[in-house]
Amino acid sequence: MMETLLLSRIQFAANISFHILFPTITIALGWTLLFFRLRYNATGEQRWMQAYSFWVKIFALSFAMGVVSGITMSFQFGTNWPGFMETVGNIAGPLLAYEVITAFFLEAVFLGIMLFGFSRVPRWLHTTATGLVAFGTTMSVFWIVALNSWMHTPQGFEMIDGVAHATDWWAIVFNPSMPYRFFHMMLASFLTVSFLIAGVSAYRWRIGGNTDGVRVAMKTALITAALLIPVQILVGDMHGLNTKEYQPAKIAAMEGVWDTERGAPLLLFAWPDQAARENHFEIGIPGLASYILTHHWDGEIKGLNEFVADDGTALHPRVAPVFWSFRIMVGTGILMLLISWTSIAMMMRKDRNGDGRRGVEGLPRFWQIGLVAMTFSGWIATLAGWYTTEIGRQPWLVQGVLTTKQAVADVPAPMVLSTLIAYLAVYVILLGAYITVIFYLARRAAQGKSIEFGVSPSVRAQSRIVAEE
Amino acid sequence: MDMFGDPAIWLPFVFASLMGLSILIYVILDGYDLGVGVLFPFATDDEKDKMIASIGPFWDANETWLVLAVGLLLVAFPAAHGTILTSLYLPVAVLMIGLIMRGVAFEFRAKAPAAYKRLWNNVFFTGSLMSALSQGFMLGMYVMGLDYTLGHFAFAVLTAVFLTVGYSFIGATWVIHKADEHLQRKAIDWAKGGIWGLMLGIGAISLATPFVSARIFGKWFEFPYLLWLAPLPILSGLIVIWLWRMLQQMPFENDRRSWLPFVAASSLWTLAFGGMAYSFYPYVVPEKLTIYDAASAPESLFIILIGTCVVLPTIIGYTFLAYYIFRGKATELRYD
Repeated sequence: MMETLLLSRIQFAANISFHILFPTITIALGWTLLFFRLRYNATGEQRWMQAYSFWVKIFALSFAMGVVSGITMSFQFGTNWPGFMETVGNIAGPLLAYEVITAFFLEAVFLGIMLFGFSRVPRWLHTTATGLVAFGTTMSVFWIVALNSWMHTPQGFEMIDGVAHATDWWAIVFNPSMPYRFFHMMLASFLTVSFLIAGVSAYRWRIGGNTDGVRVAMKTALITAALLIPVQILVGDMHGLNTKEYQPAKIAAMEGVWDTERGAPLLLFAWPDQAARENHFEIGIPGLASYILTHHWDGEIKGLNEFVADDGTALHPRVAPVFWSFRIMVGTGILMLLISWTSIAMMMRKDRNGDGRRGVEGLPRFWQIGLVAMTFSGWIATLAGWYTTEIGRQPWLVQGVLTTKQAVADVPAPMVLSTLIAYLAVYVILLGAYITVIFYLARRAAQGKSIEFGVSPSVRAQSRIVAEE
Repeated sequence: MDMFGDPAIWLPFVFASLMGLSILIYVILDGYDLGVGVLFPFATDDEKDKMIASIGPFWDANETWLVLAVGLLLVAFPAAHGTILTSLYLPVAVLMIGLIMRGVAFEFRAKAPAAYKRLWNNVFFTGSLMSALSQGFMLGMYVMGLDYTLGHFAFAVLTAVFLTVGYSFIGATWVIHKADEHLQRKAIDWAKGGIWGLMLGIGAISLATPFVSARIFGKWFEFPYLLWLAPLPILSGLIVIWLWRMLQQMPFENDRRSWLPFVAASSLWTLAFGGMAYSFYPYVVPEKLTIYDAASAPESLFIILIGTCVVLPTIIGYTFLAYYIFRGKATELRYD
């Protein structure tokens, strides 16, 4: 049974980790495409259309990856975690149902018009379709984050015979951690997309494709990143304070605090030892963790040892994965801050004649290579952030209501292992193909070749005409 | 919410109907695009492009009906959801991997380097085939009461093959409508072959179902229930004859009524599905759990119902819009 639990957890983690990569791109990329489209409508400048038509291809690819990997999860609730819906189905059910009916259909239907309708529908309808797809992705975030947040900070329900029944839907949807998690995720998506666009644009530039379309995309991306990263840090801080109030065990794991202490240091490095219940090799800044979490240098942080049952079982998560994921997320965020602000500073420099800003031309060669290296940095930060919050909720599946162990299906472990291996193989191959194809499309675009192929040669000819117009 | 009587009675019924409707729409809509994938090996490279173009703008929305169907099972009948899906653990995994493969192949075959296009075409075919076979297998196991014995397994393998042939049949009728000239004539031949699979499939399930359950046997063959069911096989038989004659004469002059085979095929699906729904009602897990025992709390179902009543007509509306925009022959489709 323990093997089944562990394997089912790894399988769901693999699934949801793979899945979240693509919505993280499509949420903000949808809005970015709408921005490109509206700028084109307003100015009639080709560069906006060039940016649109390149990135809509990446959008289509990412969207397909997100859709198919998402379907898997709705089935895994049943195949691996029947206890979840049996216990909290009355609450999770309506939230998931609203996601399907208000978001999925909207996205799926208008995506067709957005991708293939350019020459078939009036301009306003194509713009509207683009906007509705972006709106659909955001509705999807709203509902799924409402459910996920409810699992962290459940309220608005009563338990009758071991089954949760809703008493207050407003309280369920707008539960205490929901607003923070929603904005944290939205901003994460915008930052991921900003660095993706900046990285791929820098790559295209480096291999000789510095067209106006590339420049305008890169500028949009870097400005967005520079504006949003401080907001994200602020929202992240507020989210942390919220977590401290509702899930103190998670905070203790994030900060690596075993015994309740005042003036806790911010640990830059430590090796948490679950068995000995202490950290090795601690390097920290005295008092800073307390200051960040309580805004007082001698504020109290509850330690992990407060969350142990009388019989000695831990009621807190495993410390090392939470502790480290949190540091990877924060570290990536700080790197994003430094890179985006330095980029803006370089772009703001006066040009050689002294009569204008250098803009994206002001970014030196080595800096562009750095941007290419940061292309998927948003993925790393987003995954690390989700690992922090999700592993941090363990051993609970729904905080204080249902443990992960209670929800798992009694499927034989070898069966779970076989499907896990199959899923992992598919995910690794697809991830490789996805990244390869993005850079392949960038190379083709840089060489000025059409990336419009897909249907029959006659159609290809037609679409090339459209692209060149 | 009590104005229609006891909500613990009518709400599960309404949700079972909604779920049935989603499954029916799914097997028709994703049925045709899965079928197009299954037919891939019979087409030339140029025809493959046209076939993809005929389903490109629609497949994603088609697949969403599956998400809605499993979502409704999940939210309205949580107890049944666990029982059904854990006992179908492996076929579900095959379905998932199949859907992933074909879904991404749509994009990759158009965007990956040309040398890999053949590979992604194969992925598209394999994924479509896996999805169709696993759905047919699950249907067979479901009819047999989700109970693994050698006989049931053999029956499920049989339904897997028949459903796949049925999907390729409805896929062929879709291609008849969306293609012209050589490909259309080819699709007419595919449809002529596929219709046999469909008939055998419906026949096998119809023959097997009443003998698995005495209750269903009673519903089918005892007077007066016999009269309720009688129109289904009679109508199905008439439609098959009509379809057969029509396919012999196609293509019609000026490509008139090229949509008729697809509509006829959809009607056949609907009748077969109606027969199944009639047989299994009121059970959601055959012979074990009724929709009334498995349903969620009425207050939760009610809040979903309100949203559904508002949103479902909108969804149907903009689905029609999409089909209207992309009407006509698929060769006119532009990836732009």
